[in-house]
Amino acid sequence: MTELFTTIGFYVFGLVAVGGAVGMVAARRLVHSAIFLVASFLGVAAIYLLLRADFLAAVQVLIYAGAIMILMLFGIMLTPNQMEDGGRAHLGQKVGAALVAISFLAVAAFSLLGTKWPLAQTLSEQPTTEEIGRLLLSGYVLPFEVASVLLLAAMVGSIWIARED
Amino acid sequence: MVDPTTLTLNHFLLLGAVLFAVGLYGALARRNAVIVLMSIELMFNGVNVTLLGFSRYIASSAPLLGQIFAIFIITVAAAEAAVGLAIIIAVYRDRKTIQLDDIHLMKW
Repeated sequence: MTELFTTIGFYVFGLVAVGGAVGMVAARRLVHSAIFLVASFLGVAAIYLLLRADFLAAVQVLIYAGAIMILMLFGIMLTPNQMEDGGRAHLGQKVGAALVAISFLAVAAFSLLGTKWPLAQTLSEQPTTEEIGRLLLSGYVLPFEVASVLLLAAMVGSIWIARED
Repeated sequence: MVDPTTLTLNHFLLLGAVLFAVGLYGALARRNAVIVLMSIELMFNGVNVTLLGFSRYIASSAPLLGQIFAIFIITVAAAEAAVGLAIIIAVYRDRKTIQLDDIHLMKW
């Protein structure tokens, strides 16, 4: 019974994620695009929950649906008169982009579904937050510190680039 | 190949690939720099879904490695978004446009 609900949840939230993504790409107004993208991020967060990645789901809501979307909205609102994505016809570019995306999807689906993965026999149902915290401060402490330096550099760099002279 | 009633790794791999492909289309077809940046975030999401699917379904001695990987991807994506938007705002201040086909000073 639980499995049935999980499957239904996958299709519902997967549809939200993909539908939000398609809406984001297709919407003509920038703010509509941003709102569609929030829906997509929240759908992906629910998919993370189905994958038993509870910590990642919380991070997805906080960082993506929260922080990064606020950044994007700032970007939209600090660049006025750009609300419409240009009226010019650029059919050739759209056709080319669609061809690239569809051929990527075909190759990815063919190779991903055709591979025999070494699947686990039993699936873990443990919460992951505690173990991730332990790993980040023991085995993966060096990448953790490098990531914090990267964030500091990105923060200083973006302030410097965007400042008024 | 894909049984529709029980969830398998293939479901999540396909979802990740579809999200990545939609993001790829947006990054190539749209001309507003902010939309292109949002499409790239979408591609990061597709990759993360794939990584977490592998992390859950594949036999491994380090079962949480995929989730650690996804955390670092999110970190780098946040840094990329911040620097990218700073560049977009600097370009807008200088040229009053963020339509990518109008920004062609260094294109030959």
